[in-house]
Amino acid sequence: MSLSVDRGEVISLIGPSGSGKSTLLRVLMGLLPPTAGQVLIDEEPLDYVSKSSLRAARDKMAIVFQQYNLFQNMDVLRNVTVAPTKIKKRPRAEVEVEAKALLNKVGLGEKYHAYPDELSGGQQQRVAIARALALRPQILLLDEVTAALDPELVNEVLDTVRGLAKEGITMLLVSHEMSFVREVSTRIVMMDKGQVVEIGTPQQIFEAPVEARTREFVGKILRH
Amino acid sequence: MDYTFQFSNVIQNLPYLLKGALFTLEIAFVSFWLGAAIGLAGAMAKMHGGRLLRGLVSVYITLFTNTPALVQIFFLFYALPDVGIVLEPMTAVLIGLTLNSGAYLTDILRSGVESVRKAEIETAVTLGMSGLQTVRYVILPHIAKTIYAPLCNFFVWLVLGSSIGAIFGVEELTGRAINISTANLRTIETFSVVAAIYVALTFVASIALGLVGRHLFRAKIKVF
Amino acid sequence: MLDLIISQAPRFFTWYTLVFVLEAMGRTLMMTVIGCTVGALCGFVITVIRSTTSQWLMLLRLAVTVYVEVFRRIPFLVILFIVMYASQGLGSNISLSTIATVSICLVATAFLSEIIRAGLESVPRQQLEAAQVMNFGFSRTLFMVLLPQSWKVILPPAFAFMVMFIKDTSLASQMGVVELTFTGKVLMNRGFSPFLVYGVVLAAYFALSYPLSKFGAYLEKRLGSPQRRKSVERVRAHSGPAKRELVG
Repeated sequence: MSLSVDRGEVISLIGPSGSGKSTLLRVLMGLLPPTAGQVLIDEEPLDYVSKSSLRAARDKMAIVFQQYNLFQNMDVLRNVTVAPTKIKKRPRAEVEVEAKALLNKVGLGEKYHAYPDELSGGQQQRVAIARALALRPQILLLDEVTAALDPELVNEVLDTVRGLAKEGITMLLVSHEMSFVREVSTRIVMMDKGQVVEIGTPQQIFEAPVEARTREFVGKILRH
Repeated sequence: MDYTFQFSNVIQNLPYLLKGALFTLEIAFVSFWLGAAIGLAGAMAKMHGGRLLRGLVSVYITLFTNTPALVQIFFLFYALPDVGIVLEPMTAVLIGLTLNSGAYLTDILRSGVESVRKAEIETAVTLGMSGLQTVRYVILPHIAKTIYAPLCNFFVWLVLGSSIGAIFGVEELTGRAINISTANLRTIETFSVVAAIYVALTFVASIALGLVGRHLFRAKIKVF
Repeated sequence: MLDLIISQAPRFFTWYTLVFVLEAMGRTLMMTVIGCTVGALCGFVITVIRSTTSQWLMLLRLAVTVYVEVFRRIPFLVILFIVMYASQGLGSNISLSTIATVSICLVATAFLSEIIRAGLESVPRQQLEAAQVMNFGFSRTLFMVLLPQSWKVILPPAFAFMVMFIKDTSLASQMGVVELTFTGKVLMNRGFSPFLVYGVVLAAYFALSYPLSKFGAYLEKRLGSPQRRKSVERVRAHSGPAKRELVG
């Protein structure tokens, strides 16, 4: 597959389960090497064997997992501040201020010292988003961030992501929430069986899909 | 260090040692099955016996699992003559190991039986199985699968534990090592070879038991 | 026979005997605790080595894995003999107690490294990935994410191992170490009825082992949420052959 993303774009990956959307995000994050081909970040190829190359790439990116993956042994504030302070070596006071601001933004201003197992799924997911943002990434990857949530909680997370999209951060998101995808994306990538089927604007994909596969998928989804 | 390693004498005595290894396996085998018989009786007693019987079995288990096997055998060997029971060393070792094993095996067997969850029995009943059928098709296979791994681990432990017999002059593997090394004065070589035999013995036993387990019960054992 | 015991009792149950036995109990306990603590530390180092991924350390990883697999499968008595003869061969003059403690360390290292390894592996993979994508690095991941989340899974089986080893120290009596079982031999040689003597020795071991194993059970209950208890069982199962353990 071949895909090129410009700064400030919001790319959504859609497609049936197993089509390789989450795998793509994991490859981008360096968790999985590609079987063929290259990943270029800011024109620099990502060398999967070189620890320094991986580190440099991950420095520019952040990912929010479907299962939030908060560190269970740290409270909310620490979860958000640990990477910027320990890894990026920023001064602790400054990071804490920013972390608290981010937590407030995602609506968790009351929960600085709560532990992940005390929070609901939606709250944990929002902490995960705050944690990713605290890294000041140039690229944000969101992997089905609403899939593990109860329906009531989905909206609060979507609101947060919507806000991020408005701020112009480069994002790649994998999601099943079609109306949301249609609303925030600059482009949409339809994937199936590990291949890119079609790339286009929301208009194109949802109203005038070129490929039959896309039409089929979009038709099925939108019927809900 | 002024010591030249000479393995030749030990290698010459290899058949003698290997016969000792066989003897070790026999001791472990006998103690295991006799202990299992005790264990079965004990498990039944604990689950279906009256209060007095249950208490006695508990006392037995607690006493034998909180004291060393060596001292138990010393007691049998040195103390019983006072009451008129004189035991051969081999007999004392076997009885000691058996009683010791019985205590541990009671617990293993009991938790295996108790692990059959009520739900499974209820399911069998709703499927229309008679009592006997339930036992044969649901309970026994489940128990067999649950207890197989702990029992195998215990057997392997018993193989190593049989070395205690050497202290009483029993000519199992360790006993023969002592015999040889007092004769050839090549203590390090002898015991190293014997250690290697134990490692090989337990490896082979674990692997063999693992294969049997996979075929008969589909029970998985970790060898490494 | 009972009259024999009764007649000997006053000579036996003296202050002297009590101190003798208590000192031996203390030595037994100390050997076990020291051996297992050192074993835990070395076991931890071994586990850390085994989790590295760099090519340069491959030989070291292999060596360490062989060590663990071998020392879990040799009877403690044989290890005692080997350590004793090896130290003689090296011409050193270390005390019998030290020989026994070193032997305990060798065995404890092997077993505890497996317990620690299983504990670390019980931490869900996603925690590792989260650390990985945030560039945590090896030691940070280990100390800030894995250890804090796994020590509760490691402690109960590790403690139970130590309690079990108290009994295995009885074999050190064969080396001449003046621990609890050895006192039995000494007292018997003084002419006391073996019934009396070994009865007391059994009781002494019981007094050491039973409260500690009850405490171990309490630890397991206290540190175990149902999810953790599953991890503890996985750790136990992973402690593999030649490690006996009371199930349930």
